Amino acid sequence: MVIHAAGMHYKALNDAVRRCGGDVVIEGCIGQRYLGTALEGRRLTVNGTPGNALGAYLNGGVIRVNGNVQEATGDTMNAGEICVAGSAGDATGYAMRGGRIFIEGDAGYRCGIHIKAYQDNKPAIVIGGRAGSFLGEYHAGGIIIVLGLGAGDGPIVGNFCGTGMHGGEIYLRGTSLPPRLPAQVRAERTTLSDEAAALVTDWCERFGHDARELLDAPYLRLTPDDHNPYRRMYVAN
Amino acid sequence: MEMYISPEYEVVRDHDRCIACRVCERQCANGVHTFDADSGRMVADSAKCVNCHRCVCLCPTHALKIVKSEDTYKHNANWDNRTINEIYKQANSGGVLLSSMGNPNPYPIFWDKLLINASQVTNPSIDPLREPMETRLWLGKRSAKVERDARGKLKNTLAPQLRLEVPILFSAMSYGSISYNAHESLARAAEELGTYYNTGEGGLHRDFYRFPNTIVQVASGRFGVFKDYLEHAAAIEIKMGQGAKPGIGGHLPGAKITEDVAETRMIPQGSDAISPAPHHDIYSIEDLRQLVCSLKEATDYKKPVIVKVAAVHNAAAIASGIARSGADIIAIDGFRGGTGAAPTRIRDNVGIPIELALAQVDQRLREEGIRDEVSIIAGGSIRSSADVVKAIALGADACYIGTAALLALGCHLCRSCQSGLCNWGIATQRPDLVKRLNPDIGYKRLVNLVTAWKHEIEEMMGGMGINSIEALRGNRLMLRGIGLNDRELGLLGVRYAGENM
Repeated sequence: MVIHAAGMHYKALNDAVRRCGGDVVIEGCIGQRYLGTALEGRRLTVNGTPGNALGAYLNGGVIRVNGNVQEATGDTMNAGEICVAGSAGDATGYAMRGGRIFIEGDAGYRCGIHIKAYQDNKPAIVIGGRAGSFLGEYHAGGIIIVLGLGAGDGPIVGNFCGTGMHGGEIYLRGTSLPPRLPAQVRAERTTLSDEAAALVTDWCERFGHDARELLDAPYLRLTPDDHNPYRRMYVAN
Repeated sequence: MEMYISPEYEVVRDHDRCIACRVCERQCANGVHTFDADSGRMVADSAKCVNCHRCVCLCPTHALKIVKSEDTYKHNANWDNRTINEIYKQANSGGVLLSSMGNPNPYPIFWDKLLINASQVTNPSIDPLREPMETRLWLGKRSAKVERDARGKLKNTLAPQLRLEVPILFSAMSYGSISYNAHESLARAAEELGTYYNTGEGGLHRDFYRFPNTIVQVASGRFGVFKDYLEHAAAIEIKMGQGAKPGIGGHLPGAKITEDVAETRMIPQGSDAISPAPHHDIYSIEDLRQLVCSLKEATDYKKPVIVKVAAVHNAAAIASGIARSGADIIAIDGFRGGTGAAPTRIRDNVGIPIELALAQVDQRLREEGIRDEVSIIAGGSIRSSADVVKAIALGADACYIGTAALLALGCHLCRSCQSGLCNWGIATQRPDLVKRLNPDIGYKRLVNLVTAWKHEIEEMMGGMGINSIEALRGNRLMLRGIGLNDRELGLLGVRYAGENM
């Protein structure tokens, strides 16, 4: 089913998507919020620019955006996939618990905050370009990969990457330490793990990039140095 | 050097009564009591005692009591024992002081300085045992446009509402901070009472999907928040703050993340569950509106959304923003509200009393003409049916109770929840301790408590000549202040006792 979104209020647009049981293509999307909220078992293709909170609570649905996305994409996402042929705004993948987000271009500030793994659910975010500050803050599980394509000589992530991280891992292509890396984050020079390589391969497939160069490149792997960071912080009173 | 700190309380045993049956030893998870085989007598290590009274209550011969220790430092009004001991603890450990349950310090309790009216001669009082008395109410947005369909019939444009048979709900307490059996007791009691319990931020155990009276919470950690969780809720509460610890997040230590708790929170076992201080996707009222709307989208606009905030200095302005965010209900939590763990300094020094915050929020929303956009739930701390009546007269629609509910389940306010060794089976995940709280008994005790409060509320309403709880809401003429200064009376919006209308 194809829905032409121009001039539609988000409530009407989301209602139309909800009522249509099958796959949906939205043409001419222009800032409508909350598209694909808690979507399950269906495909949603968005041509244009969706508004904030695209794919919040996504529960197994697959969303492809041909364009940029705004803030809070994939907020509290549980399963499924969001694929953005463009760049993403701030707070992408907030508190995500499962599923995968592929961003072809850059991601804004506070991407992948408090993502967490659980049993078979392991959230993954792959960013083709650069990521802003506070990437992976409170990271509690899952994997974030930043490829830094088109970043030139500058750092591929902003300040304070992994602040409060207590689980999971972050791969940054290249060998130079990101600026203002917090003390509790451990960094090691390495190559991609099999799992990370599979994600990069998937990212390349989705956006038509050559995987070879990215797979063979050196990476920096960030992990937390403690899963219980506050264990010794308190005294009973 | 570790400074010795003498125990605050002493275990006193009457050896004439003690039969060395060792019940106290088996009941104490803190290891206070032991049997000394040489003397054939029970001995106690007061240093381990948290004063939870489990042993006192279960001693078959009533041989035990816990008394305040007479040991004291040199008396000093400025440096009292507690203050000195806290310095020693921090010098010993370098740790942030961690406490549990509500602020115990002697701040003014305004509930106790408010008096309720009663009818005499004119406007006769009503006997609730003989005449109908309405304690049922609805929570939600009451403003609705009148719209008619093509045939002229009224369309239902009312936002979703929560129906309560009594103006009391059980406040948010997470699975993890309290036990499975405590949650089951709250859920069953809420169902029987026609009210609601609240999951807190720790997710909803699948066993409890069957309860229709569940309010689920969405906090900054988003633990256990997914489609099924939202769909099994009667209402969704966004937790922005908590009265016991305004402005900070929470850390449930990995040791309390057992297999079952991990599954419910949807996180790995044994890893700390950290709730960030803010929601990092909410830095403004507009951002809050976004979360409210996305939750409504996810649940097809069928469930009211509550926004819970701590009572802080600018509570009225904050509430005004929330009322414009699309939320249906505002929950305000006063600074005496309970907690499973909070830094002592935050708990005891941050936030304001619920009485003042509530009165100001209600006043502000009325002045701005948006009071009907939201219902108000007041909590932290409501200790009795009289507090409920006073809260409603100050402007609340209903009240959250947490500490009072835990007391009904057996809690003795030892304020040691953070240890995870609750001898009453409430604030623990240790299976042998959890099973001490029988949900069949626990739920009945909660039903008893709220039923008794309901009767008392009806009696007080009847005394005022009011037969519907909604007619009491914001009815401040039913209150008078005692021992309050002019500023306090002004903030509460009440007259002094003895002052006529």
